[in-house]
Amino acid sequence: MSNKESIVDIPTVNKIARLSRLNIPEASKQNLTNDLNNILGFVAQLDEVNTSDVKPLASVTGHKLPLRSDKVTDGNIEDLVLKNAPESSSGFFVVPKVIE
Amino acid sequence: MMSDLLKFDLLSASIALKNKEFSSLELTNAYFKAIEQTSALGAYLEIVKDHSINMAKASDKNFKNGTARPLEGLPIGVKDMFCTKDIKTTASSKILENFCPTYESTVTQNLWDDGAVMLGKLSCDEFAMGSSNETAARGNVVNPWLKNSKMSPGGSSGGSASAVAARSALAATGTDTGGSIRQPAAFCGITGLKPTYGRCSRWGIVAFSSSLDQAGPLTRTVSDAALMLNSMAGHDKKDSTSANLEMPDLMNYLDKGIRGKKIGIPKEYTQDGISDDIVKYYEKSINWLKEAGAEILLVSLPHTKYALPVYYIIAPAEASSNLARYDGVRYGKRNEAASLDEMYEVTRGNGFGEEVKRRIMIGTYVLSSGYYDAYYLKAQKVRRLIKEDFDNVFEEVDYILTPSTPTTSFELGKKQDPLTMYLNDIFTVPASLAGLPGISLPVGLDKSGLPIGIQLIANSFDEPGLISTARVLERSAEFNFIADGAAK
Repeated sequence: MSNKESIVDIPTVNKIARLSRLNIPEASKQNLTNDLNNILGFVAQLDEVNTSDVKPLASVTGHKLPLRSDKVTDGNIEDLVLKNAPESSSGFFVVPKVIE
Repeated sequence: MMSDLLKFDLLSASIALKNKEFSSLELTNAYFKAIEQTSALGAYLEIVKDHSINMAKASDKNFKNGTARPLEGLPIGVKDMFCTKDIKTTASSKILENFCPTYESTVTQNLWDDGAVMLGKLSCDEFAMGSSNETAARGNVVNPWLKNSKMSPGGSSGGSASAVAARSALAATGTDTGGSIRQPAAFCGITGLKPTYGRCSRWGIVAFSSSLDQAGPLTRTVSDAALMLNSMAGHDKKDSTSANLEMPDLMNYLDKGIRGKKIGIPKEYTQDGISDDIVKYYEKSINWLKEAGAEILLVSLPHTKYALPVYYIIAPAEASSNLARYDGVRYGKRNEAASLDEMYEVTRGNGFGEEVKRRIMIGTYVLSSGYYDAYYLKAQKVRRLIKEDFDNVFEEVDYILTPSTPTTSFELGKKQDPLTMYLNDIFTVPASLAGLPGISLPVGLDKSGLPIGIQLIANSFDEPGLISTARVLERSAEFNFIADGAAK
């Protein structure tokens, strides 16, 4: 729990925005910082609950996730896969150059 | 003629179509006129008239040939969270403004396979994140009640609720993550049903929070909800969380009554901040169920107050992961930049709205190194306690009755603070976290003339009993009001 004492500041917002791949304009950073602090302050009330013997609950389905055999079930739909791409060429997605 | 057609609800229209009192084409055209008449409400993002007319004509052929299916010829709207093949699907987001799916969601495919006619796509909060429909990229949707006051239809299925209440759709699909079907249904004076998690396939629904998202119907009546859910639900191999469990025909449960059933009244749902009119109708509802032969028991769900904090960790965490796919590479809008990382950042920074960005930031924070245990894992543990509260109460009672919302609808633009907005879902979030089915139905009007919704919660996969109980309440409440902004 000790980590929760740290309050979100603008450098933290910059770091989280970077991890989230979100460009946040300078002008809205202070408001966003305040909002995040309010929300994190609100959720901090969970600290009151004793959960020392409680197992985390990730799924409510109660059933084991089914497995299927490792076989191709679909394919040869290159044109459909690329149909909504902002840019494609010769059957590939195109992105800005990543190698110098 | 036209106004006569709008008077039919889903079930009575289906009977009238079978009796050839009118054709699906006539009914569909009446709905297009209603859409036009109520266009100022902003419920529809896209109408697909040619497609609808073709579907209606095909339905009329099936009636003629005696091959009508359960929803044959009935015109409905689809929340823009459902992928519809070759029909724009934006999740009310700028980042998907030109996205045209090459496949159909399982739930909508089930509806078309059962003969329903698609009218168009309905607005919602962006990526279903919101409780007022104010985060939609293309602007607010207006509640047809007190139309001159510009009230919120609720959210996130605000377009669906507004359209059904305004009679510009006979019924609509919605999705509910923390209350997004039940809260707008309550605000708009209609019925909204969130099934058990796993009842409806999530395949082809734009993902928000995968451990919570569930599709369900928004309709005028409880019977209509049963008719819609009959078609929407079903096991789907394409969704690994879909339940492999047969759902009985819900139409057989409409008149089963509730004699001898036990109804739990949780003491944690009557805290401060609930409007007096809602308290009054909550008490009335308790009495109605008692008069119908149910036994009323006071119960306790002690971790209720922690449901919202748990939700506002888990839902943003899952959302931050799900929304990582919008990277401007495979689909969606791209903003050009010199490097790949910058391209991601400007694409996502410009494409997502404020609330979505806020939730991605919260989600990324609670999942980040050093905070994961303190926030995310802690929330998952308390989520188990909330589920166990329900498990314990369902040892004693069959159904739980609560208000749907702490207040009736509010004016658009009036609640600016995100935390105040989140409190709207205080009564709907707990059942979502436990994966339980819940239904909201209108039981009365408050002093200003706005609808009041009451929620029933059932144990997992007891949609049949939920329908029987809701029908008893519906008959007692006799809610026959129509929104002043509805099509005429």
